[in-house]
Amino acid sequence: MAATTGLNKTLGEYLRERGVSRRGFLKFCTATASMMALPPSMVSAVAEGLEKTKRPSVIWLSFQECTGCTESLTRSHAPTVENLIFDHISLDYHHTLQAAAGDAAEAARETAMHENYGKYLVVVDGSIPLKDPGFSTIAGISNLDMLEETVAGAAAVVAVGSCAAFGGLPHASPNPTGAVSVSEIVKDKPVVNVSGCPPIPTVITGVLAHFLTFGSLPELDALGRPKVFYGNSIHDRCYRRPFYDKGLFAETFDDEGARKGWCLYRLGCKGPMTYNACATAKWNQGTSWPVESGHGCLGCSEPDFWDAGGFYNALSIPDSDVSRNMGYGVAAGVLVGAATGLLNRKKREEAAAKHETVTINDLDQSQ
Amino acid sequence: MSTSIDFLLWVKGPAFDVALAVFILGIMVRLFEVLMLGRKPDLSEARGSTLGPGLRTVLTRTLPETGSLKRSPFTVIGGYIWHIGFLICLLLFIPHIEMLNATLGIKWPGLPNHIVDAVSAVTIVTLIAMLVDRLLHPVKRFLSGAEDYLVWVVTFLPLLTGYFAFHRMIDPYPLVLGLHILSVELLMVVFPFTKLMHAITFLIARWYNGAIAGRRGVQS
Repeated sequence: MAATTGLNKTLGEYLRERGVSRRGFLKFCTATASMMALPPSMVSAVAEGLEKTKRPSVIWLSFQECTGCTESLTRSHAPTVENLIFDHISLDYHHTLQAAAGDAAEAARETAMHENYGKYLVVVDGSIPLKDPGFSTIAGISNLDMLEETVAGAAAVVAVGSCAAFGGLPHASPNPTGAVSVSEIVKDKPVVNVSGCPPIPTVITGVLAHFLTFGSLPELDALGRPKVFYGNSIHDRCYRRPFYDKGLFAETFDDEGARKGWCLYRLGCKGPMTYNACATAKWNQGTSWPVESGHGCLGCSEPDFWDAGGFYNALSIPDSDVSRNMGYGVAAGVLVGAATGLLNRKKREEAAAKHETVTINDLDQSQ
Repeated sequence: MSTSIDFLLWVKGPAFDVALAVFILGIMVRLFEVLMLGRKPDLSEARGSTLGPGLRTVLTRTLPETGSLKRSPFTVIGGYIWHIGFLICLLLFIPHIEMLNATLGIKWPGLPNHIVDAVSAVTIVTLIAMLVDRLLHPVKRFLSGAEDYLVWVVTFLPLLTGYFAFHRMIDPYPLVLGLHILSVELLMVVFPFTKLMHAITFLIARWYNGAIAGRRGVQS
């Protein structure tokens, strides 16, 4: 992964060397522009920007993570322009992918930082433990120290996956390692959250393409995610949405409704609270996505999705046994109501007993 | 750290249990108080039955009375619009029916979401118009106390937050959904101890009026 081709080569030259035609390249640029919701007039700007771009140095830091994000990206699909762009970046440091190990690996990181100071991209997957630095270390360096040191000279930081973006699984209750997200530590550099567990490969290439083309990061939502990919909820883009609107729900995973492809809301689908591009970009070369394969959305691109009350519990339905509680309520209400009623009766009887009749003669006498 | 999901889980967990307990207990206590007051035995000879006229009055008093319709059409028509609109939103919105089905195991057909959406918009606008009228009309304003405004607020909030939730007008979604459920819990807690109880006691009052008339053999 360390630089073998010349750093001075442009992306255009690199792609031509690998047999990507001009037509193929422009097709990719058009697709990228439309994916990033840019007007058609920007296609030439995208093409020009990508064509001329030099290999950017990328340092990939893996902290408390499962490598699923790397799997998602590297195993995306057969050679495509997206893949080649990913190959084109100078991935100068990545535990899992680099050949170097030990001191040589750390030396590669330091060299890349030194040579490209202020220009390199830092990609982070995994959360950072704050409770005890010993919970996760690389070459004896704590995750926090490595992140702070590496980010110091970075142009921007891309937090890939929900662990880096929001803390993810390590941050789930009771958060034994005191895990935090990248944005809780990095405050003085632009941070893009590419959330998901794992995120969609196209989304990360989209963010990289945007950075390569414009030298800036795409527009972000309130959670620091690129709006172009996280602008719509799964629920609003779901092809099963008409069933929700009609009130047709699968009640179990193998009933008639499930076979007919009805809405999975009752089975705990978190589509309504989840913002991601799964419903439109899909997975595995556009083959399918979780809801299409019959399982509700887990909400993996949202903060704290692990603690959202259970994957199979519907979002808006109360957790407790409502009919049982209502029974208790009615029983207790009958008792308290009867007691109040009796008390009121007693009051009335007492009032009646105390009532003294007064005749006109009594009144006359009293005057 | 408290997140919007924590808020939602609290709202539909412990907060819902408390609201439901207050709601059910409150209603039962209020009903028992009313029913156990009892009436003095009527020793006169009955001139007609009580059941038929009682039930009939429950229905007939749902229809507008011509006198008040002519005198204050805005109050009567506006009242109909938002009462019916509120009931449609509450009982015929599919996610609400699903909630009842999941918790109590009862269900009935609903209306398509987009129709309920339109009804909720009309209901919200009507409720605002009713409040403005209450504030501008000198007699209505004179007759209105704190309870009337409280009751308006707790009726209005579930509609407004429900509309926001359906259209995702507040981010993040668990927050707006939690606010919607919380507003309903507020309604549930306030319900038994205010004039909102009329949603139940209107049946008793109307039936009693009709039944008394029936017993005396006069038209109810």
